[in-house]
Amino acid sequence: MPAGLYRALLTVAGAMAAIVLAVAISSVAISAAGASPQAAFAALFNFGETERAVVNGITTMINRAVPLFIAGLAVAVGFRMNLFNIGVEGQYRIAAICAAYVGTLFTAPAPIQILVIIVVAAAVGGLYALIPALMKVGRGVNEVISTIMLNYIAINLAAFLVRGPFTGVREKGQLTTSTPPLPESAWFPNLNVLFEMFGLPAPRGGGLWGFLVVAILLGLGVWVLLERTRFGFEVKASGLNASAALASGVNPKKMVISAMVLSGAIAGLIGLPEILGDKHNFGSNFTPGLGFLGIAVALLGRNKPAGIAVAALLFGFLDRAQGPLQFANVPPSVIAIMQGTIVLLVVVANEITSRMALRREERRAAQHLGTNTPVEVKA
Amino acid sequence: MLSKRFGRMAVGTMAGAMLMAAAACGGGNTGGDTTSSAQPSAGTASDAPKAGALKVGLAFDIGGRGDKSFNDAAYAGLEKAKTELGAEIKELSPASDGSNRGELLRQLADAGYNPIIGVGFAYGEDIKKAAEEYTDVQFAVVDSASNASNVTGLLFAEEQGSYLAGVAAATKSKSGHVGFVGGVENDLIKKFEAGFVAGVKSVKADAKIDVKYLTPDGDFSGFKAPDKGKVAAEKMYQDGADIVYHASGDSGLGVFQAAAAAKKKAIGVDSDQRQTIKETDLQSVIMTSMLKRVDVGVFEYIKAFQGGAKGGSNVVYDLKVDGVGLATTGGEIDDIQDKLDAAKKDIVDGKITVPAKP
Repeated sequence: MPAGLYRALLTVAGAMAAIVLAVAISSVAISAAGASPQAAFAALFNFGETERAVVNGITTMINRAVPLFIAGLAVAVGFRMNLFNIGVEGQYRIAAICAAYVGTLFTAPAPIQILVIIVVAAAVGGLYALIPALMKVGRGVNEVISTIMLNYIAINLAAFLVRGPFTGVREKGQLTTSTPPLPESAWFPNLNVLFEMFGLPAPRGGGLWGFLVVAILLGLGVWVLLERTRFGFEVKASGLNASAALASGVNPKKMVISAMVLSGAIAGLIGLPEILGDKHNFGSNFTPGLGFLGIAVALLGRNKPAGIAVAALLFGFLDRAQGPLQFANVPPSVIAIMQGTIVLLVVVANEITSRMALRREERRAAQHLGTNTPVEVKA
Repeated sequence: MLSKRFGRMAVGTMAGAMLMAAAACGGGNTGGDTTSSAQPSAGTASDAPKAGALKVGLAFDIGGRGDKSFNDAAYAGLEKAKTELGAEIKELSPASDGSNRGELLRQLADAGYNPIIGVGFAYGEDIKKAAEEYTDVQFAVVDSASNASNVTGLLFAEEQGSYLAGVAAATKSKSGHVGFVGGVENDLIKKFEAGFVAGVKSVKADAKIDVKYLTPDGDFSGFKAPDKGKVAAEKMYQDGADIVYHASGDSGLGVFQAAAAAKKKAIGVDSDQRQTIKETDLQSVIMTSMLKRVDVGVFEYIKAFQGGAKGGSNVVYDLKVDGVGLATTGGEIDDIQDKLDAAKKDIVDGKITVPAKP
């Protein structure tokens, strides 16, 4: 059997085993919570009774996946060179509020308005990530520690800004605080036409977020950058072996700064699908925690854009089931358990299968060396 | 390198297959289901069926059912509607990041529930959007004002109830030092603080009041962080406070644990927490609870809906209608009941105006 095929089969088997195990563990948890695992898994795949409900369900899943995908990308860029950017959480929140506020300060034709908002978000996210990068390069501060600390600063700073300097007019009797509403030229057009093309009703709420297109382009861009450019190669080289990279002329300081800033700039975009596509402001209901989820998504997707996309869709698929599970009288915390076990088991399975494949390869190479008489070289 | 690529493909194929299966399931349902439910045809202006039986949907705030406090109070009202009005009920909890509030409302509306109640001010915007999409469904939102013609705002005068809690705390306190733990520093919880502080000062003008909020506005984790609640309350008890009032949802559990450890007292919130708390050893530390009768609000709203009431306005539950008040379980405030009744009367009569802002 060729080594590549063997490895592939092994990986498939590993992923299968991981998912079967995850289902088994979740079933135990569901039973322990006093619900029926069967009902739970039926609910996971139940997208609703009417066409509208199905469309709503699919939209919810994709809308959830879009920011998770961007978050996964942001984390993965750092991971690829062994930089643990735990600060994605803070970077996207501070970027989101700044972008949402700047977007209200002017009115321009829609493409320009949206572009400016995207650029501001990326710039703020990148600049905020520059702080831990400079600290690491200048004083050797571990980026894990500094980014975690900067998260707290960003979260509280964002909470202060939304209450104070950036606050908008609060509707009478409402307790939620938010930035002023964005002008209509900053509303990202939705993709409901995709459903209407097939004669399906348009989803409710904000519709299918048009930012999906930006996310896909971003994914392609990151893939090209990491796999097809010199910069991507240097990132990978620094990640695999920093001293070897240094020896071959890669400037590690420059790499830390550029990878961190790139990671932060991508992180800055995480909040935009929601702000531009649905809420049209940054408010107290802004979705938190996406930066941390991005770590799980990046791990599950093995730091590759395509893998991250699949992982994000899987998370979106599971998260969407919050409502249906409760309709089936299953506690929705089951979802968190499933997500956790899947990530853990897939990571473990990856490690086991790659070790098995490596051992087989070594054995094969050893046999090869033992049996083959070395070729004599004539001078 | 090769193995990694294959691994990626493997995971991809797997998840892809799952997703496709999901789509297939959803698709299958749409075809065969037109007869079983009341929907005449999918895709009309509204998917909500005509009201035959009373189907009441309720979406909780973060923390969900089982918080022994705010959400559970709402559920009590819903359950009462089930037993007394024969309503079919369904209650949903949001994801822990609260990202799917609007989605829950739509899922309830799609499943034919009417009326639908959102518990918590965070539903304000989502209810408005859902109400505009489902114009023939009636909505209600607790703690937020009405903002559409089919939305009823269910409001409470928390500052008045908290004033009584302040009076009780100041009268019962031996050290003249009390504390307040707020879950999230927003205008709603500040109403509790304002009322409590005014109540304490009305009894002991020089009383020391520690105030601590667990998280800033916009970060709702303060409502479900018993660890933070415990730390905050521990500090107050160590500094000499002997009674701590909490308005922090789930985090209150930590306040009670701190009170039990310090052998001091605490005041619960929203529900009669001495009754609702599961940990029996913590019951005795809960001197009283500031009742916010969300159950009354929810039940009365459902009853009014049955009677044909429409939205577009607010209903305020204050001391006058016993929408707020103090719990007497345990009998620890029975001896000061006269004083509390007098304060209540003054508020109801308008002699005292309780501030809603600290």
